[in-house]
Amino acid sequence: MRHLLSTAGMSPAAAETLLDTAETLKKTLLGREVRKLPTLRGRTVVTLFHENSTRTRVSFEVAGKWMSADVINVSASGSSASKGESLRDTATTLSAAGADLVVVRHPASGAAHRLAGWLSSTNTAVVNAGDGTHEHPTQALLDAATLRERLGTIAGRRIAIVGDVLHSRVARSNAYLLSALGADVVLVAPPTLTPVGAATWAEPGAGGTVTVSHDLDAELPTVDAVMMLRVQAERVIGDVANFFPSVREYSAAYGLDGRRLGLLPEHAVVLHPGPMLRGMEIASTVADSPRAAINDQVRNGVHVRMAVLYHLLAGKDEGA
Amino acid sequence: MAPRSRGATDPGGERHLLSSGDVARTVARMAHQIIEKTALGGPTARSVVLLGIPAGGVPLAERLAAAVAEFSGVRIGLGRLDVTLYRDDLRRRPHRPLSSTVLPEGGIDDKLVVLVDDVLYSGRTVRAALDALRDAGRPGAVQLAVLVDRGHRELPVRADYVGKNVPTSHGEQVVVTFTETDGTDGVYLRREAHHEESQS
Repeated sequence: MRHLLSTAGMSPAAAETLLDTAETLKKTLLGREVRKLPTLRGRTVVTLFHENSTRTRVSFEVAGKWMSADVINVSASGSSASKGESLRDTATTLSAAGADLVVVRHPASGAAHRLAGWLSSTNTAVVNAGDGTHEHPTQALLDAATLRERLGTIAGRRIAIVGDVLHSRVARSNAYLLSALGADVVLVAPPTLTPVGAATWAEPGAGGTVTVSHDLDAELPTVDAVMMLRVQAERVIGDVANFFPSVREYSAAYGLDGRRLGLLPEHAVVLHPGPMLRGMEIASTVADSPRAAINDQVRNGVHVRMAVLYHLLAGKDEGA
Repeated sequence: MAPRSRGATDPGGERHLLSSGDVARTVARMAHQIIEKTALGGPTARSVVLLGIPAGGVPLAERLAAAVAEFSGVRIGLGRLDVTLYRDDLRRRPHRPLSSTVLPEGGIDDKLVVLVDDVLYSGRTVRAALDALRDAGRPGAVQLAVLVDRGHRELPVRADYVGKNVPTSHGEQVVVTFTETDGTDGVYLRREAHHEESQS
């Protein structure tokens, strides 16, 4: 693996290898006083964030540090990007300065792919930590890790992804990955927040399916997991009122409250990629209930990112 | 791998060093040596833990533990220690998948830990294992048991228990098979033009 840019086209075998590595790393570090492995000593990881983030940036930083990599955080506001430097120049600068891997988050869809292209003549690897409304592959991997942990298996499971699918890179990455791993994904969103062609997201030959629904109550009794999405007001072009009349109405139709939690099967898990807007897409009683695996997602995020760093930075690249 | 008669050389350049009977006898001898050297069951003896290094060390450690229990009546601790994350050649070799680490109940603190591997070669795996042990606890003492010592050490490492010393050249490969993982017990010496060493 040279870069991690998307879950589209990722083979189930490659995904399962990453999930297995993450699980092994989790077990290895469990109960340890000193959570430090020497594996990536001397490697440099730079996180380049052109968007605000708490969990993703911290998670990558912790993952790198637990594997003894040197982690340097660059945010757009504190870098030369604020003086007008292009993403390309910033990236080649980081590579020239010795970055072995750049974790990039950018508001433009496709930014990570462009970056990987610009760095193709170098040895620097690129990890997409969210590019616009396109993809967020490590989030999908940590969701898959959490589902596997809670449900035992992913193949054959029915997973609802609910909310602002249109502006969600998390939904897209999850739909690709989970359907490839054999799950049936149902995207539940108001028609205005359903992307065109979402029902064709499952790769040809995928073990699972991707379908679209607009009725949350009808889907809940048959799902094994429900993933709630935040309405990404910062990505909405124009007025949020173009998409739904009011927060109250959105919440009434697509929010997960105590009543809807009761519609779920006993074993079903509630996920949320965070940050949550409590009271809008998810009620506090749900977010804090034992059915919610939201903190597990964050915990698994560190191990999944350790696995990604390990696969990208340890071992000679066979293909290249 | 089909069992071959001892000492035979086939046209592919493979020599059978130990038959399945030889492996059984060698494991039994090593178990006796462990009992003797650790004064197992004695009043002042430390409790002993065998840690197999994946992949080849794991079935060997299981067999040694079973043999020690049979000969001495003492059940010793058994676990496995994956050293992949501690290797110094991660950047020079193709990607390695991780294996699991399982420590016996009670951990390894103040125990006599015997690291178990199938082949001792450069000594780098043992170095990595010592680093991995340091993160897992603080053993009272550490010893090393290997089925085959093939020489060519690159580090000051010596085994306490050796099943068989085999003089080899760098161009050769020592292949150890166990019934549990490969269907049959045996040790083979293979000459390879384009050798990619898998032991260390």
